[in-house]
Amino acid sequence: MATRLPGTDVVIVGLGAAGGVAALPLAEAGLDVIGLEAGGRLTRRDFAPDEIRNNVRAWPFSVQKCANEVPTLRRTRSDTAAQSGGHPMMNAVGGTTLHYWAQSWRLNPWDFEVVSATTRRYGRSRLPAGSTVEDWPFGYAELEPWYDRVEHEIGVSGQAGNLNGERGGRGNPFEGPRARDYPMPALRWTGFLEGMADSARSLGWRPFPGPAAINSRAYQGRSGCLYHGFCNRGGCHVDAKNSPAVTTIPRAEATGRLKVVTHAHVRRIETDNRGRVTGVTYLQDREEFFQPARFVLTASYTYENVRLMLLSKSRAWPLGLSNNHSQVGRHYLSHHQGAGVTALFPYDLHAWYGLPAQGVAVDDWADDNFDHGGLDFIGGGNLWVYSDRRPISAAGMSTFGRAPAWGSAWKAFVRENADRTNSAYIQKTTLPYESNYLDLDPVVTDPVGDPVIRVTAEYQRNELAIAEFLQDRMEQWYRAAGAVEVQRGGLGGQMGVSTHAYGGTRMGDDPETNVVDRYGLSHEVPNLGILGASVMGTSGARNPTLTVQALAWRTADHLVNNWRSIVE
Amino acid sequence: MENKGPQIISRRTLLRRAGAAGAAAAAGAAGVPAGAEAPPAVAATAPPAGPVPGSVQAPRPDPPRAAYEQLTAEEADLLEAIADELIPSDDLGPGAVAAGAVVYIDRALGGALSESRNAYRAGLSAFDRYCRASRGAPFRELPHVDRVSALIDVETGAATGARTGFAGSSAGFFNMVRSHVLQGTFGDPHYGGNRGFVGWDLIGYPGVRTAVPPRLQTQLEAGELPANRRSAYESEYFDKAVVRAAHEETRHGD
Repeated sequence: MATRLPGTDVVIVGLGAAGGVAALPLAEAGLDVIGLEAGGRLTRRDFAPDEIRNNVRAWPFSVQKCANEVPTLRRTRSDTAAQSGGHPMMNAVGGTTLHYWAQSWRLNPWDFEVVSATTRRYGRSRLPAGSTVEDWPFGYAELEPWYDRVEHEIGVSGQAGNLNGERGGRGNPFEGPRARDYPMPALRWTGFLEGMADSARSLGWRPFPGPAAINSRAYQGRSGCLYHGFCNRGGCHVDAKNSPAVTTIPRAEATGRLKVVTHAHVRRIETDNRGRVTGVTYLQDREEFFQPARFVLTASYTYENVRLMLLSKSRAWPLGLSNNHSQVGRHYLSHHQGAGVTALFPYDLHAWYGLPAQGVAVDDWADDNFDHGGLDFIGGGNLWVYSDRRPISAAGMSTFGRAPAWGSAWKAFVRENADRTNSAYIQKTTLPYESNYLDLDPVVTDPVGDPVIRVTAEYQRNELAIAEFLQDRMEQWYRAAGAVEVQRGGLGGQMGVSTHAYGGTRMGDDPETNVVDRYGLSHEVPNLGILGASVMGTSGARNPTLTVQALAWRTADHLVNNWRSIVE
Repeated sequence: MENKGPQIISRRTLLRRAGAAGAAAAAGAAGVPAGAEAPPAVAATAPPAGPVPGSVQAPRPDPPRAAYEQLTAEEADLLEAIADELIPSDDLGPGAVAAGAVVYIDRALGGALSESRNAYRAGLSAFDRYCRASRGAPFRELPHVDRVSALIDVETGAATGARTGFAGSSAGFFNMVRSHVLQGTFGDPHYGGNRGFVGWDLIGYPGVRTAVPPRLQTQLEAGELPANRRSAYESEYFDKAVVRAAHEETRHGD
């Protein structure tokens, strides 16, 4: 029998990128908030510069609740799904933002209106067959104030390319207009990155430094980045990576209104006979608790948000919470960021002390920034060259057919070339399709007996066409910079379990095709909100976290401004 | 808390498991500066504590044969012989055996890689069987050219076949051994391998630092940055707790 705890105004399930941000405006408005987090707290002393622990042994993922509930995968509904590898996210106060790469992009305005913009420019027939893509319920301009807010509140470094409609300088000429510049300049470039930027310009492209939730100088009393080279899957040893764990969460706790409960494994959202949410049930040290709340915000990862809805069945919600229109789990996509390109250069790149968020981007081939009139796809990709290398992975480099994989000849090869290779993964427009979805696996469960998520999804023709087109551009760029060998990855097939997983509880005005409304509140359950990329209907060609955080802040503001009408 | 999954290993347990090599590495950190509790950002503005050996370091004496904890003597002999072919000691410098890569594997088989213990037992036994059946002698008694060809058979999966070789794909065994030998040669010496930093010297890794201000990056690009030869854990700043590898090959880009 669950122990019933004293009630609260708001329960947030998950204190990562989304929940960790939303907690601040709620707490500052005077609402009592309880943040239930499946992981514990980590500090900067936990983040040793150790490739074996961080990268080889994948410590961020190995002790977590989510490691016990890895989704199963299959390409189509006629295949049998199976678990493969681990869960890509971690549980902790701050979540995966503790060790993520921290690229903090705004979406391009086109990403909010793929349907109408494509129809306008090329005709409706150019929308890929089988896609369930919709325009967002609002455009870029609606979200801009929250992008701005998050960039300044957590700290994002970058280079503006479009300040109130004025374009120019070193920034991205294709970005939507921004009201203010970034609060910090972009992270520095290495000589190699400067050279790549020169090469891009020689091709007529417009390179620019990417944005990152990493301090390029001291900000809000925390250190600037020290570029030590262990950012990739490593937390920051000086708190220069602006996870909510070191930004919004401590500030929310300081108001006295946010109570953080760690190692809380939420199993169900509970409802009353009318279908209203009454609170959540969670396990802690094998003991069960019921936490009553007037409003529940689920802010776990895409797979877990969907899973919690589907597991929370009741008489009022026989198909799962907020699922009377059978939309929970639909419109799912894993960002296409495979089909990478790797190059070998005849000179050292001096990449040992870089980080993945320190790089040069090209958006000339992203979104609808180029004419697709003669092409057989819509959308595109963001080209991103970054500086990141550690010794074990460097020694494990491809030998490009120039040497065997071991022995004295291999040794001579890596001695010369360990610092001469660079790989680009390319983030591509990825669309939702009728045939790609999430549901509960009929067989596989976690240790407490709850089914895990099953992913049924594969990339479609549009994504594969973008992948091929972008690999050509990436090879062109590497060759212009003097690459002597270039290798390409496969174009992609099955959608894997991804750190960029979108959809499943999509946001939109139409309750027939969307789970949450334009503010992130359930269409069906009056006192339930959903935060995270599970509400996003398009991926764009760039990392989702900043958009997730802007949406989370916006949902929290809406809740604060309409608190009485929503909960009463 | 649920303990069905991997478990956090305490520092004490780790050191106990790490045995002689790990203890020696930890003992190297005995001269921890008084300000060890301070964030490394502060320490970074001062010159690195202790000597910073460059490439002109005096040669180190050969370490005595390691006391293996998990591998049997026969297994260790064979694994050393394989590692010596994968990354040989030659005129470019010491190889995997001198780096202690097999010590690294042995220690890890008692901890983070314990799930691979049976794969080593079965794989080494199968490889021995394969060498005797296909080349007429144990691996260590074969001439170099035959050792190479036998390993190529394992690498390409050609040594697969229950009676005379591997029950499963021999390529899986080869890939496992190669990736662990790379870890033991190029990983942090804290784990028992990369002795004398021979792996980092081989590929020119300039070393673990907690801060790289623009001045050091400029020196690096000018070829003037001295190699910093320290384990991450020579600073007491970092917690040494490690975790078991649940999914060693997980990959993601974000």
